[in-house]
Amino acid sequence: MARSDVQLMLDVKAGDEQSFALLLHRYRAPLINFLYRMVRNREQAEDLAQEVFVRVYRARADYVPSAKFTTWLFRIATNLALNSVRDNRRQRMEISLDAPLTADTEDGDARPLDVADKHPDIEQHLVEEARKKMIRRAIEKLPEKQRAAVLLHKYQELDYNEIAKILECSESALKSLLFRAYETLRVELAPLVAAGTK
Amino acid sequence: MSCDRMENRILPYVDGRLKTSEMHEVEAHLKTCAACLLRVNEFRAVTGLLDELPQIEPSSAFDIRVHARVAAEPVKQSWWAGVAPSLRVVFAAAMLVLATVWIGSKPSDSLSGPNGVTDEAQVVGDLPVLENYDVLSNFDALSDLPQQSQSDDASQQDSNTQM
Repeated sequence: MARSDVQLMLDVKAGDEQSFALLLHRYRAPLINFLYRMVRNREQAEDLAQEVFVRVYRARADYVPSAKFTTWLFRIATNLALNSVRDNRRQRMEISLDAPLTADTEDGDARPLDVADKHPDIEQHLVEEARKKMIRRAIEKLPEKQRAAVLLHKYQELDYNEIAKILECSESALKSLLFRAYETLRVELAPLVAAGTK
Repeated sequence: MSCDRMENRILPYVDGRLKTSEMHEVEAHLKTCAACLLRVNEFRAVTGLLDELPQIEPSSAFDIRVHARVAAEPVKQSWWAGVAPSLRVVFAAAMLVLATVWIGSKPSDSLSGPNGVTDEAQVVGDLPVLENYDVLSNFDALSDLPQQSQSDDASQQDSNTQM
């Protein structure tokens, strides 16, 4: 029977390095995906995820299982992500407008815009890419806290109480936050939503 | 139920996270409110669109980098464990200084007696004798022995008579 997160963390506290490796294996993908969708850069997301795990390891001696492990883990990740997003915003304001035109790829890296491809599947591919880009853009445009709430709700499938603890707000406030976020997404994605409800 | 009260219930309803009683209330309202029904369907469409974004996989070096950083973390010690070694060094140095000062302050001839034997050594050497004297003087079995001086006198008299 698999050990619970809390038991693994208590084992890490007792000096069992193997338990830390198990926690890393269990949460690296959800954490990297959450951070990637927050900061929109794969390399930065992995750096932040590393930092989350190192902080968990550093805190092992003082660990007390007073809350769910995922609440603690994603609270660290959310705080790091929010700080990083704010730093990125400040840096972007300093970037020259002379930067070359680029297109986003799914892994978050930018590549030069390439329009001269005569492959027969290219039209379908471009439509799909444009659709994904529109969804990504809609998520990106959400205020940081709303974005974190949507990502934790939609992709981590955490319950409302847990997300509220991560974002340090009441459950009622979280529900309002999520409602506003989904309303914004509904408006931003109106053409796709309309097609989906027909 | 009013449309205002639906605001915090639409998403939990779409997620299927409402209690049974709340779910029945929402469904009753949706039967009579086309606007809220449309909103529910649109929220469902939004969550479906969010599912279209692919997941990314961690890079192959991710675990290695985390383990390397964790291995580089200093071993956590209590504050006393960090301070104790330096205190031990300070204590040892202080004792060394005190011993040096004490030895240096003693006069060089105060330890030796007139015949080259130290007074203290003489006292120490006499201690077993003193201890033996106390034991012997209180030892009852010795009182039963013949007095050595009387026997010596008697033997002296015997030798005189023979002469």
